[in-house]
Amino acid sequence: MLIQNSPFDRFMLVCMKLFLLLAVLVVVVPFGYIIVASFMDPTVLLNRGLSFHPGDWSLEGYRKILSNEAMIRGFFNSVWYAAAFSIITVLVSIGAGYALADDSLVGRRTVMTMLIITLFFGGGLIPTYLLIRELGMLNTPWALLIPGAVNVWNIILARTFFKGISRELKEAANVDGASDRIIFTRIVLPLSKPIMFVLALYAFVGQWNSYFDAMIYLEDSKLFPLQLVLRSILIQNQAAPGMIGDQQAMAELKRLSEMIKYSSIVISSLPLIVMYPFFQKYFEKGVMVGSLK
Amino acid sequence: MESSAKAGKRHTGQTLLHARRTSRGVWAQLKKNRFLYLLLTPALLLTLIFKYGPMYGAIIAFKDFSPIRGIWNSEWVGFKHFEKFLTSPNFETIFMNTLKLSAYGLICGFPIPILLALMLNQIRRRGIKKNIQLFLYAPNFVSVIVIAGMLFIFLSPTGPINQVVSWITGSPMMFMTDPEYFRWVYILSDIWATAGWASIIYVAALANVDPELHNAASLDGASLLRRIWHIDLPTIKPIMAIVFILAAGGIMSIGFEKAYLLQTSMNLPASEIIATYVYKIGLQSGDYAYSAAVGLFNSLINVVLLIGVNMIVKKLNDNQGLY
Repeated sequence: MLIQNSPFDRFMLVCMKLFLLLAVLVVVVPFGYIIVASFMDPTVLLNRGLSFHPGDWSLEGYRKILSNEAMIRGFFNSVWYAAAFSIITVLVSIGAGYALADDSLVGRRTVMTMLIITLFFGGGLIPTYLLIRELGMLNTPWALLIPGAVNVWNIILARTFFKGISRELKEAANVDGASDRIIFTRIVLPLSKPIMFVLALYAFVGQWNSYFDAMIYLEDSKLFPLQLVLRSILIQNQAAPGMIGDQQAMAELKRLSEMIKYSSIVISSLPLIVMYPFFQKYFEKGVMVGSLK
Repeated sequence: MESSAKAGKRHTGQTLLHARRTSRGVWAQLKKNRFLYLLLTPALLLTLIFKYGPMYGAIIAFKDFSPIRGIWNSEWVGFKHFEKFLTSPNFETIFMNTLKLSAYGLICGFPIPILLALMLNQIRRRGIKKNIQLFLYAPNFVSVIVIAGMLFIFLSPTGPINQVVSWITGSPMMFMTDPEYFRWVYILSDIWATAGWASIIYVAALANVDPELHNAASLDGASLLRRIWHIDLPTIKPIMAIVFILAAGGIMSIGFEKAYLLQTSMNLPASEIIATYVYKIGLQSGDYAYSAAVGLFNSLINVVLLIGVNMIVKKLNDNQGLY
């Protein structure tokens, strides 16, 4: 290193490192609290706060949440919504991105403009809701899977990727007499696994974490994704609706609802927490390609 | 060029040039690229139906919507619903709540990712840098429901933060019910959740700075802060401009999801924003036309804002705007 740092510079560097350490702590401590609290006896937690004494630990929160029917059903609903949504999103975006990356395509500019307008202007909540109702998609999973599948950022992401695929490669294939379809399926698709993976990850996480569409379009609680179940536990404080009876039951219900808050947060975040460190670089890649326009 | 190479199998260059100028040429183009159009079709159809469909449906904002007569046959009422909103006693509160929540959020939130990136850029050891990033990016993947749930847990009158607060001041602070705290809770938790992730593009841009620049500046006696100011900041200035335009243009389109979750009946004077109002009058009370008018009013403001902010930034930023 050629850089000579003055004492003041070195002091500033230490300050910066301390600030970053603080930022990391601000992120980690709340998660740590939730995780520790999820393993604690709720009565102790309510009265005395966190404790690391083994006698105060309990797995009751997890036992209760794993035997909670709504939670389990929500979990599996979310898995399949997120998986299906990823597949649909990838298919739509890859197709559009590849077509729009071809400079010789007539109408390409018009379509791009049409897509970009939707980024800045939309019909709004009510007209969209009425349309979904009109199409008979209300209270069906399709309302979550189809309208959101076309996402302009994803298409731009895919288009940027395909523009990067060497044009000479395509031209060579063309000269060899390969049709567009053959070029796409034999050459382009195998090369585009990374972008498909990035798009799928984004779609999966987005669908897994969203609740709004499910809240407005779904009525049948059997169709609810995990986030809606979580909402009733975390925000609306309903551990088990319809169980309210005498005083004692009320107190028990309160204890139960407090108890499962922590474990439900851990369980619902588990898939992403496990996935995240492995896939971090793909997520980053997505941001980078997208921001290059 | 590519198209002529494709067509070269069948035509000479000259006939292609000629054919292109005629409508038959366009037809030939369509036919030649039919596979590409096929690939484009799903996205195009979905956009037309689910994005442009509702734009057409937004005309109910100018009608007295009757479910029996449908959108098209309902009676036109002009700007009645818009007038009703603009003259309603709620208008000012809701409008200002929306504006304040996102304006304060933008002012507080915009510099943080930049600071994080500038500092991360000073960490020389890649392993440590990667690990810090791993942690700072993580909250971006937590769902808004979990974030709101955690806020309710941590900020409840008996929660961990209030245990400290009551130990110091003697009484807990009503974070989730006092309207005074709503914006702070919203904005600070937003920064917590998004600042790390938002720093990615700055970090990447800074990684491309030629280290020789820093070495040379250091030899000339430039201090660390001067090097950051004169080398690092100019590097990320164009990105800052774009991020700012997008954020400022979207200032009135602040999302429904978190505000709705953090709303309690007590903090409504500060937490009722346009998006939650549209949801309540539209989908909970069923006043579709009025709600659509409020939504449309909001969208129009957004477009005007975006164009305006883009013009300003273009002026300040050597004609480099978003478009």
